[in-house]
Amino acid sequence: MSEKIVEVKHLSKQFGKIRAIEDVSFDVFRGDIFGFLGPNGAGKSTTIRAMLSLIAPDSGQINLFGRELSKNRNYILSRIGCIIEKPDFYQYLSAEKNLEIFARVSGASVTLSKIHEMIEFVGLKGREKDKVGHFSHGMKQRLGIAQTILHNPELIILDEPNTGLDPQGSIDIRNLILKLKNEQNKTIMLSSHILSEIEIIASRMLIIVNGKSVVQGEVSALLNKQELIVTFEVDQLGKSLKIIGEKFEASIIGNNAHNLMQLRINHRDIPIVNQLLTESGVQVFGIEAKRKLEDYFLKLVNNDVLEKHL
Amino acid sequence: MMFWKSTYNEFIKIVAKPRSYIGLAVITALVGVFLFAMKVDGNKYISIMTASFEQSIAFQGNLLNGNMMAYLVLQMLIVHIPLLVALVTGDLVSGEAAMGTLRMLATKPISRTNLLMSKFLAGNIYTLIILIWFCVMALGFGLLLFGTGDLVIFNSEGLVILPGSDVLWRFFSGFIIAYLALVTVANLSITLSCFTDNSIGPIVITMAIIIFFTIIGNLDVPVFDSVKPFLFTTHMVAWRSFFDEPVRTKEIMNAVLVLSVHILTLIGIALYKFNRKDILS
Repeated sequence: MSEKIVEVKHLSKQFGKIRAIEDVSFDVFRGDIFGFLGPNGAGKSTTIRAMLSLIAPDSGQINLFGRELSKNRNYILSRIGCIIEKPDFYQYLSAEKNLEIFARVSGASVTLSKIHEMIEFVGLKGREKDKVGHFSHGMKQRLGIAQTILHNPELIILDEPNTGLDPQGSIDIRNLILKLKNEQNKTIMLSSHILSEIEIIASRMLIIVNGKSVVQGEVSALLNKQELIVTFEVDQLGKSLKIIGEKFEASIIGNNAHNLMQLRINHRDIPIVNQLLTESGVQVFGIEAKRKLEDYFLKLVNNDVLEKHL
Repeated sequence: MMFWKSTYNEFIKIVAKPRSYIGLAVITALVGVFLFAMKVDGNKYISIMTASFEQSIAFQGNLLNGNMMAYLVLQMLIVHIPLLVALVTGDLVSGEAAMGTLRMLATKPISRTNLLMSKFLAGNIYTLIILIWFCVMALGFGLLLFGTGDLVIFNSEGLVILPGSDVLWRFFSGFIIAYLALVTVANLSITLSCFTDNSIGPIVITMAIIIFFTIIGNLDVPVFDSVKPFLFTTHMVAWRSFFDEPVRTKEIMNAVLVLSVHILTLIGIALYKFNRKDILS
């Protein structure tokens, strides 16, 4: 197992009468793309703000790079780059000047050529001298990522980096994150309420619901635990439904006039169902499997699974 | 090291903000209009002022000189300059909170104490620049347009005549006390700025406090007599003490003490609040 660089233990924070997070615990290891998943208002931003010393937790402990945050704030923050919710910049200053300002207090020696290199890395070359006030939301997000990596941090924390972006913008940011991981070997903590985003790029994840950590682990392991919804395109729908109903323990969750049969089954059962159908003389034209993470996530949100875990 | 880098950052931001130039523009306009009016119609003004003394004293020489202009312009300090200062300094923390950049800065490896102190220092340097410009406009242009001469002052105590050769040091000392008063206003607005994420609030509240304290200070009601010596507004006009003969040293020392205590207390309150503030913007 690689080095544990984030260790959050029993973190709680209350704002007035509202309990924002309660007993949140998780670990992030070096080299992870750690997905921090939860619906809006689940407590993701509160947790991240506590990790960056923007808010003081009521209880719990945060250790980063093996040191306690409350006692080693500056040392820890010099090794982190982050965007919280959205990158905000001085609208009246150019992209270059903005990066100069943040670089100056980043704890590292950042040259102007490094700033230009980062601007190029995020695809904003040629816009260095433009005022940020004239940038689109997507361009600000890109500049935000440039700002997070200026001082070559080991850990990058991105809180909802896709908020407000169009589909192309989201893909661009996703590619940038993967580029950071693959080319610069960064550890990335990525919070999102978009399941597919986490599913595509995260290696490990935590699901947080109503301020409480619910599930944590390898994304692939969590996904494999879940059932799939598998659609079989067949030539004889009635016969297929009968065969499956009689000979296979699976829940039929749908069928329609286009000869599509939907089953809720495990990944290992797909070839068994296929074999049953073909041996019975049913022709199978196509099989499409969809993971059930979304269903699982929604169950968590609706407290169906929550009660079992707590 | 980080403190100086942050102070440099703060100063770059002040310089880049258009509102920072409002103060300089207003001072240029106010003093410019005043000097122009006095150049055109100043003799009439002097006759009105000296009318009550004409029976007993005969004035000779150039009364309408640069020293008198500078003294009269300085009177504007109490009303206008604090507003111009607060316009920029009241925005230093809350403006960044409203814009979201405070959140970005607070995730950098600079302590909150250093971050806030760099804002105080940059705000106080800006205040100094405003005051220096005010000096240049009032004294510099005053002397340039009207020449030098003895300074004749009509105050509540009566008539004070100061030789032209004995005036310059009084102006510079007066400007130092005025700077202390303006720094108090600047620090008040920065401190208020730590309590809110709204950039206009601290500016308005600073002005409200100045007006409120000034009214209390001017009310001739005995119940306020014990409070008046401790109000910073009472000492905002302490610079005038340098233009009495003899100089009212005790009042000046009092003003320095009260204003310094205010400045340090305000910085203390701001640091306490800012270091414990949950940054949620």
